[in-house]
Amino acid sequence: MVRIDLLRYSENTMIPHFEQYGLEDQVWSVSDLNGYIRELIDIDYRLGELQVIGEVSNFSQAKSGHAYFTLKDDSSQIRCVMWASFAKRTSIVPIDGDAVVAHGRVSVYEAMGQYQLYVERLEHAGRGDLAREFEQLKQRLADEGLFDPEHKVQIPAFPVKIGIVTSADAAALRDIRTVLKRRWPLTSVLIAPTLVQGKEAPAQIVEALLWLDGRNDIDTIIVSRGGGSMEDLWAFNDEGVARAIFDATHPVIVGVGHETDFTIADFVADLRAPTPSAAAELAVPDIGEMAEHVQDLNQKMVKAVLNSFHQNRVYLDGLLRSLGNLSPRSALDSNRQRVDWLSNRLERSFDRRMDQAKNRLELSEARLAAVSPISTLQRGYAIVKKKDGSLVRSVAHVVEGEELEIHVADGGFTATVE
Amino acid sequence: MNDKEPKELTFEAALYELEETVTKLESGELALEETLQLFEKGQSLAVLCSSQLESAAMRVEMLTSDGEILDISAE
Repeated sequence: MVRIDLLRYSENTMIPHFEQYGLEDQVWSVSDLNGYIRELIDIDYRLGELQVIGEVSNFSQAKSGHAYFTLKDDSSQIRCVMWASFAKRTSIVPIDGDAVVAHGRVSVYEAMGQYQLYVERLEHAGRGDLAREFEQLKQRLADEGLFDPEHKVQIPAFPVKIGIVTSADAAALRDIRTVLKRRWPLTSVLIAPTLVQGKEAPAQIVEALLWLDGRNDIDTIIVSRGGGSMEDLWAFNDEGVARAIFDATHPVIVGVGHETDFTIADFVADLRAPTPSAAAELAVPDIGEMAEHVQDLNQKMVKAVLNSFHQNRVYLDGLLRSLGNLSPRSALDSNRQRVDWLSNRLERSFDRRMDQAKNRLELSEARLAAVSPISTLQRGYAIVKKKDGSLVRSVAHVVEGEELEIHVADGGFTATVE
Repeated sequence: MNDKEPKELTFEAALYELEETVTKLESGELALEETLQLFEKGQSLAVLCSSQLESAAMRVEMLTSDGEILDISAE
């Protein structure tokens, strides 16, 4: 098989350049030989990406984080290395004897002349190991805090729109629709259908979640599927799915499988429901209860208003009664007293008013006096008039020999201009 | 104070306002005029809530493989 492939490559001139390996003498150096073999292997597309199943042995992890082990079957083995960056991301820690499937590529460690499997992803091959994988992932995410109650968001009481991640044609969706419609038809539903089992399911579930979470018309998201075996539900143990649920900004209710099934998605959810129907019930209120509640409030309102009227009426009645308490006799007596008292007040008030008026008059007189001509004259000024009665205000108004009338404060006399 | 017309309110908002109205009315510390006004408002809120409950019809939509949103309420 390999020979034929090599021939094919040589037709396409895909073989490594002979010349750089100094083959004039056809005697190879070790480095050249190893280098050539490496190139030969690196060219092969099948060795560039493959999955190998085998049993783990001699597993060890250096301080650097790089993991080294051997994969073997009944008659062969191959050396494996998993760099720290990949080892950190894998959810399993293999122990010797484990059956695993290693994803990666084959290449050559030139210095040692060894071809190896460079592993990028490891997963358990056997059934029993599923449980261990589950426990290890659960522990790792729990340690990160993904299941902490503080991160759980409250589910809205009256969602206007609910997003659902589920299979389009399975019973789970039918059950959810039935429950929602019966309990709270005021809500509306938007379904993002996905596969709910198999290899492609996790990626689809994550995509559906992202799409719904990115919308601004959704209030709550339900992630759901019906019952099945551990393998059937395995997609909901996927780390990507768990993180997508955790990262979602909207509240997420997870209802996967039956009451006794617990997937990683259940732990990371804002609210876990034992079944799809239960998820729907937890998402919405009950219409019958709400209708009763509104009626109840209505009744309370009417009662409160009637009560208010009643209170006001009682107060009014009270007032009227205390007024009516005055008998005719006592009314007369008190009237007389009242008249005396009133007339006293009137007198006093009148006196006061008179005083006020007098004061004002004096004040006005004083002001008036201050500006009247009389006071000016009293201060020594004189009013000078011509024979015809007009006022002299300037020296230009008079001529020599003219007769003038001088008026002072207490009288007047004539004078002649010199 | 919610200035929206009652008919624009969601059920949740209307219910919340209705409950507040009832609480205020039950406090008995209002003048008669206020009482009557609040009562009227409360009545229209209660009617709104009830009618929303009665006329509700759940709409169901689904995302298709072409990226369209299809109304499947009837199915």
